[in-house]
Amino acid sequence: MTRRIDFATMVLPLLGIGVMLLIWTMLSTTVARDLPSPMKTWEESKQYILNPFFKDGEMNQGIGRFAFLSLVRVAKGFLLAIVIGTPLGFLLGLSVFFYRTFDPVIQILRPISPLAWLPLGLVIFRQSEPAAIFTIAICAMWPTVINTAVGVRSISPEYLNVGRVLKLSRMKTLRRIIIPGSLPYVFTGYRLSLGLAWLVIVASEMLTGAPGVGGFLWQEYNSLVYSHILLSIITIGLIGFSLDRLMGVVERRFKTA
Amino acid sequence: MAFLEIRAVSKSFNLNGKSRSGSALPVLRDINLAINEREFVCIVGRSGAGKTTLISLIAGLIEADQGEILLEGKPIQGPGPERGIVFQNYSLLPWMTVFENVYLAVDAVASDLAAKEKRQRTEHYIKLVNLGDAARKRPRELSGGMRQRVAVARGLAMDPKVLLMDEPFSALDALTRGTLQEELARIWTESKKTVVMITNDIDEAILLADTIYTLTASPGATLGPAVRVEAPHPRSRSQLSREPGYQRARRETVGILVAGQNGRGTRSAVAQAVAP
Repeated sequence: MTRRIDFATMVLPLLGIGVMLLIWTMLSTTVARDLPSPMKTWEESKQYILNPFFKDGEMNQGIGRFAFLSLVRVAKGFLLAIVIGTPLGFLLGLSVFFYRTFDPVIQILRPISPLAWLPLGLVIFRQSEPAAIFTIAICAMWPTVINTAVGVRSISPEYLNVGRVLKLSRMKTLRRIIIPGSLPYVFTGYRLSLGLAWLVIVASEMLTGAPGVGGFLWQEYNSLVYSHILLSIITIGLIGFSLDRLMGVVERRFKTA
Repeated sequence: MAFLEIRAVSKSFNLNGKSRSGSALPVLRDINLAINEREFVCIVGRSGAGKTTLISLIAGLIEADQGEILLEGKPIQGPGPERGIVFQNYSLLPWMTVFENVYLAVDAVASDLAAKEKRQRTEHYIKLVNLGDAARKRPRELSGGMRQRVAVARGLAMDPKVLLMDEPFSALDALTRGTLQEELARIWTESKKTVVMITNDIDEAILLADTIYTLTASPGATLGPAVRVEAPHPRSRSQLSREPGYQRARRETVGILVAGQNGRGTRSAVAQAVAP
């Protein structure tokens, strides 16, 4: 039994990575000659990986340092997104008036790309750092808003009836029934929002040239060091994956019933 | 004057959710009921007869189209803890422990008490339903029977004038159901609350109730005549079969249900009920 689980959880994912590396190698030796092979990428990137926290100028740092800078930026944007998004979601879920008024606006704002928001952020804030955080927040906010609203509206009427029979005040109904009842949805929203925030970081760093994984990627493209693009891509993927897993753990913690 | 009185209450539900005059389905029509203080009343009816609608009306969770419901002579206004209810599917809040679920009710009806007293009162109700060991557990960690006990404890913790119970034991297996029925009989003898209980189990009604009413099948269900159960409380299942009052109450209740079924064409369920 345990051997089968090992096979499914360890061997198969490794097989998938192996296939991916094979395709990558084949592409780099056939159709895409400019694409560095996995070996070449490793050779040219290893000083960034093996010594992840060196700093040799603003745009030449270990990948760990770049990742940290990006994570701090994402954390700020994500926190801003949930601080604004959560109460907004509760209002949308609680009030039909509020929902009817603002749902159309939200549906229009939601599909706008970070590439469109960033210039507006630069216009408003005149500095790249707040503009980047603004872009992350406004793009990452929507899953939190929408999931929270859905969570509030999908609270079982049975639970609300308990509050009605006990004649709980509005505040108490909110604190004891509506908020705890919608938490599982809220945290699903947070997980999706964090994923989006991480997705947006590359775009915002590319355009602002801020030091970070995305900024590094764009700089190395301009310097024709293509292997570092791949290094950045892999780093972004691994960190995004870890963040999602981490939020998944938090999310399960709040699952009720 | 009766303690709880239902006067000519009717209720319809809209099938298409539009205007009231549309294709409304009459669920209850002309329901009249007078319940004395400290009386245990069971309302028996087949599933879909509108039993839950009736108890929701008394609880004030829904409003009657016509008629009125009076408690101690005053018309009821919406839901309130003086008409505490034990819901059919327990409706325990899953994010709270057993203690917190019951405490919520104690806190709601006795908010002016000191915190220590409220905790003591909560513990009292939890012990009353024999759940002392499970007070720190959450509903999902409990069996169906234990959840039902919590729901009963919460209902009692509201310290209601009338305790409403909506098929409280219908989701339980036969053995657990039997235990809980006898426990409820014991608790009721101790607390002497006025109880209105909905059930589809005639034997359960006879075990617990002073008076049984039958609800004829929907649409447009109405109440049949009262059947008095003349047997001393608390009753236990084993001695009940020897009581002459039990046999008579059973015959009468089944008789009313069968009469109500005549002309509706579905007799099989009642035929089964008569069999033993």
